[in-house]
Amino acid sequence: MGTSYLTIGGLGASVGLLIYAGLTYMLTNYGFRFDIGWFLLAISPYQWALVGIALAVSLSVLGAALGIFATGVSILGGGVKAPRIRTKNLISIIMCEAVAIYGLIMGIVISGSISSFSATRIEDLALKYRAGYKLFGAGLSVGLCNLFCGVCVGLVGSGAALADAQNSSLFVRILIIEIFASAIGLFGLIVSILQSSGSNMAD
Amino acid sequence: MDHGYAEGLCRGFKSGILKAADYHNLVQCETLEDLRLHLQSTDYGNFLANEATPLTVNIIDDRLREKLVQEFLHLRNVSYQPLSTFMDYITYGYMIDNIVLLITGTLNQRAINDLLPRCHPLGTFEQLGGITIADTPAQLYTAVLVDTPLGPYFKDCISEHDLDELNVEIIRSTLYKAYIEDFYNYCKEIGGITAEVMCDILAFEADRRAFMITINAFGTALTQDERFKLYPTCGYLNPDGLQELRRTDSYEGVRDVAARYPVYKSLFDGSGTNLGDKTIEDKFFEHEVKLNMNAFLRQFHFGIFFSYLKLKEQEIRNIIWIAECISQKHRARNMGDDMMSYNGGVALAMKGKECVAIACDKRYGVQNRTIATNFTKIFQYGDYCFVSFCGLATDVSLLVVLS
Repeated sequence: MGTSYLTIGGLGASVGLLIYAGLTYMLTNYGFRFDIGWFLLAISPYQWALVGIALAVSLSVLGAALGIFATGVSILGGGVKAPRIRTKNLISIIMCEAVAIYGLIMGIVISGSISSFSATRIEDLALKYRAGYKLFGAGLSVGLCNLFCGVCVGLVGSGAALADAQNSSLFVRILIIEIFASAIGLFGLIVSILQSSGSNMAD
Repeated sequence: MDHGYAEGLCRGFKSGILKAADYHNLVQCETLEDLRLHLQSTDYGNFLANEATPLTVNIIDDRLREKLVQEFLHLRNVSYQPLSTFMDYITYGYMIDNIVLLITGTLNQRAINDLLPRCHPLGTFEQLGGITIADTPAQLYTAVLVDTPLGPYFKDCISEHDLDELNVEIIRSTLYKAYIEDFYNYCKEIGGITAEVMCDILAFEADRRAFMITINAFGTALTQDERFKLYPTCGYLNPDGLQELRRTDSYEGVRDVAARYPVYKSLFDGSGTNLGDKTIEDKFFEHEVKLNMNAFLRQFHFGIFFSYLKLKEQEIRNIIWIAECISQKHRARNMGDDMMSYNGGVALAMKGKECVAIACDKRYGVQNRTIATNFTKIFQYGDYCFVSFCGLATDVSLLVVLS
């Protein structure tokens, strides 16, 4: 109970501070300082693209890790009394691993589109910014999709392992559910490829 | 999700619980040796392998319980917070039983060394041996129990009355009420599926206790208000049902209270006090088993550990019941062929070529005392039928007279 009081307290304090800061700016006529457009332009396109790569790889790996954790412990637990499930259920782990590989692929594809530029005119710069935003969006979409996909495949794989331990005919049926679950990671990959395909930062 | 290993292991243990086919085999056993043989082919394996040949029901009971305790402690050892706290809560119930056992034993002047081995192994704690030194509940609390996990449950039953037989039962009920309400609140705190599953099971347990306290208190010195203080409040009966139960005076009154709750109505309707009916305790056991089995239908919650323990305990009760029946049947075999049972005798019949022969002994004895040697045991019925009765002599005489 102590930790939840702490988190609520922290959350309340930070929200209060934000409201205070916002009101101060607004009421002292300095509201123009809070400029989102300036913020977006001040960050260079390189930064956007590279953060996109980081998100693609790290969130995918996070999803795969959570999935493998969920499935792995269930296989270990169920395998004590039913050793026959051990080898067959490694398929679930492989499907979780595939999710991490999608993130890796996208990281490589996005990083291929990054190159240095030396444009100064505003029309050219606009194209570079566009490329940066597109690469950021691609990385974010594949990362988040793979995060949820990995967790989903892991939980279903855990259920498959425990069901297999009770009754071996159930494994193949639940594997079909896992296949559908891993399809959603594939959707993220496809959308992200589409997003990053047209963008090129070269001059 | 964090406790996948313990959950997988628990489900593996649960799949080894005896099924209807196993019980069918066990019921067919003639001796306890057969029982041991049949149990070898189940998940129990060779747990009775090292026992000496005159197998008794007590030995089987001890070994079964030992195996269950081993499995539970293994699960407890591989678990971590918050599952470990949950499993500790499960053991508090056994601690309460052990405390009451020791207090009653001390009141009956039994030595501590006799009592400690009879304590339930899941409910041991360090200060267990010190319980026998106390005279009043207040002393018990301040000297021994204040540091144990059961300390907070004692505040309702500290009094300066001496510990005596009736008082000890009231202490047990008060402790159990505090424990079950605390456990219920802890499960609610955990939230999620655990709360859904466990709160249902614990609410039924609380209501069952309320019903049983009421029914068992009819005819004793327990007043209605004292009874009311023992009802746990975390069940579905709270608050209206408990007030009604407080005012009832008879079994019919209890049935009327139960009639307002559909689940309990069906349990009470299915039971009866005639010879062939199931008693209300049997129906409660059945319902408890059903709730515990349903706990296994959901994944990623702690209820399965509690349910596994309860289901295994019910299985042990079943096996011991079967073992008792076998050993009773052994002792009071049909008053027939065996001479040592009462009268006994032997008859022999043989078919020859176009003839039959029948022969029997003419001894009339009572176990090993021979009283006469001219007791006829072959009788003719019609032209072609001779029958020999070698069972209880009074039955034989009756049959002969009647025919």
